This record gives sequence, structure tokens and C-alpha cells, in this order.
Amino acid sequence: MAIKGWIEVDELHCKGCGLCVAACPQNVMSLDMERLTPKGYHPVHLHADGCTGCGICAIVCPDAALTVFREAKIKA
Amino acid sequence: MAIAEPKIVYQRPTSLATRVTHYCPGCTHGVAHRLIAEVLDEMELREKTIGVAPVGCSVFAYNYFDHDYVEAAHGRAPAMATGIKRMLPKNTVYTYQGDGDLASIGMAEIMHAAARGENITVVFINNAIYGMTGGQMAPTTLPGMVTTSSPGGRDIESMGYPVRMAEILSTLDGAGYVVRRSLHDPNNIRKAKKAIRLAFETQERGLGFSLVELLSSCPTNWKLSPVDALQFIEDKMIPMFPLGDYKVNPEIGKLRV
Repeated sequence: MAIKGWIEVDELHCKGCGLCVAACPQNVMSLDMERLTPKGYHPVHLHADGCTGCGICAIVCPDAALTVFREAKIKA
Repeated sequence: MAIAEPKIVYQRPTSLATRVTHYCPGCTHGVAHRLIAEVLDEMELREKTIGVAPVGCSVFAYNYFDHDYVEAAHGRAPAMATGIKRMLPKNTVYTYQGDGDLASIGMAEIMHAAARGENITVVFINNAIYGMTGGQMAPTTLPGMVTTSSPGGRDIESMGYPVRMAEILSTLDGAGYVVRRSLHDPNNIRKAKKAIRLAFETQERGLGFSLVELLSSCPTNWKLSPVDALQFIEDKMIPMFPLGDYKVNPEIGKLRV
């Protein structure tokens, strides 16, 4: 099974610069044209499945707006 | 049976305040701020760190870090940091300066701080332009680069050549760690973080002056999109300002972080 990851976008900090969209190796990120942040930018979002939680978007983010999660398997 | 549990891969460092920065979208000042905050968190230095803010776009840096900060006069951050470090030698002291602040008006202060071997860390943001004042030519502006004060491009006959600060400072005996890194892609951002870490390690070990020069983007004044601005760093700035280690104290060279 593919590794499952996801991001949480802090819409107060996201300025819609799109650096994470360009850097995403899975090409699953885009700017959400339906929404506006309090500052008036279009925030980034995941538009498709396939995020692996690699964290590259968070490494390039100039505003530390992204929190990256990954599903960790634990044996029960 | 396997149960899936969310694990945090990355979250905002605690040394970074929650305030929204005034930087333009895509400006890599934010990346540099984040890397410093991550390094201070990793090394658990936040409680005893004192930053010195410059004049320039990063003039409000004291609002964006969640540790002690002072604001210096234009270019005088290394002089102020010298005084703080000499009075409070157990504290970690760093300055955060842009190219106008460090390489133009503050040239004397940075040269003498490095020559004296002051045990401070300098994070030098080189974006080849004066950002805050509206994109005028800086000492680091590339030959032929169009700015608001060189509308025909920087003419090297009348305006001279750009200054390579990392190379100049590495020739001074007081410097313990002088490197140049770039913030234009994830790989180089990781290397930049390691360099900032080693610069603070240099200070913690008392090995002298440490400086990390970071090639940074200015999408607004370069009149490029944030993504194109990163490409500009790779295509135009790195050939003029080669990345590399210009001076590394052997003790720091052996360190693995």
C-alpha cells in the first residue's frame, strides 16, 4: 500500500506564493481558487490523493504555513 | 493487525513567533527565518539567544522570532552584537543582515568584527538588490542587472563589479566558519540549514566569527514570479556567487550534525 500523507494549511500564514505547488514531487498541490485567506490570498490545498508526507512543501514554504503528517504503521 | 497513526513529519518551529510576516509572497527571507528557528530549536538555544536585527526588509525580524532581539542602526548590527557578546559571553548572539546593510553601509563593521574574531554568528541574506526601499542597485547587484537606480542595467564601467562578501571575509584570520549557500531548491535549503547549524556550533565552541551567506530571492523587485525568481538564483546568481565553504575551522569540519 502506498504511504499515506497529508498536510494542514495554516490559512493565516499561507500567502499563496505557489513555491510548494512547484516543488511537490507528486503534483497533488494547487492553489484553492474557491477560497481566500484573511489576508486575501488563495491558500494552497491538496487537490488529489497521492500525498506521501515527504515534507518537501514544508521545506520550501517561506511562511512555515504547512504542517505535514504521515501515517505510521504500528503493530497491534 | 496494523493500525495507522498520524505522525508529524514537519511542524512550525517554536522559536518562530506566530505573527504573520510582512514579506512579499515567495520571498525567501521567510525560509531563512524558519531555518534559524529550526536550528535554535534543535540546539535548544532559544532561551539564551539574542538576535540583532538590521535595517532593510528584515527590519522587523524581532517581531518574527520568539526569543530576545534588539534592533541596530543601519549596518551596525555586528558592532552591537560585539558589545552584547562581550558583556554576555554565555549567551548566543547572532545578527541577521541583508546585502545593503552588511555589504554597503555596514562594510566597516562586518570587516572589523571578522578581523577581531568576535565570537558571533552572522546570517547574511544576499538578494542582489535593495528590497525595502524599492529595488535600487546594491553592492551585490549582478553586472547588467536592471534595477530602479540602474535602469539600463548595471554598467561595470561606471558602477563597478559586485562584492563577494564570503570570499573577502574568509581571508581574515579571525573568521572560523564562512560559507555560501542558496535557498532556491529543497536540496540547497537543507544544506543551508546544516550551514546555519555549523555556524552556531562554531560560536558555541568559541572558534571565532561565523558567517553564512544565503542567496535569496526578491520576486517583487526582480519583477519575476516566486518560482521564476528561484530559477533566476540558479541561472544568474550562482555563477556570480559560487556556493561553497570558504573557510571552515578543522574542528567544525569534523563535526557531524
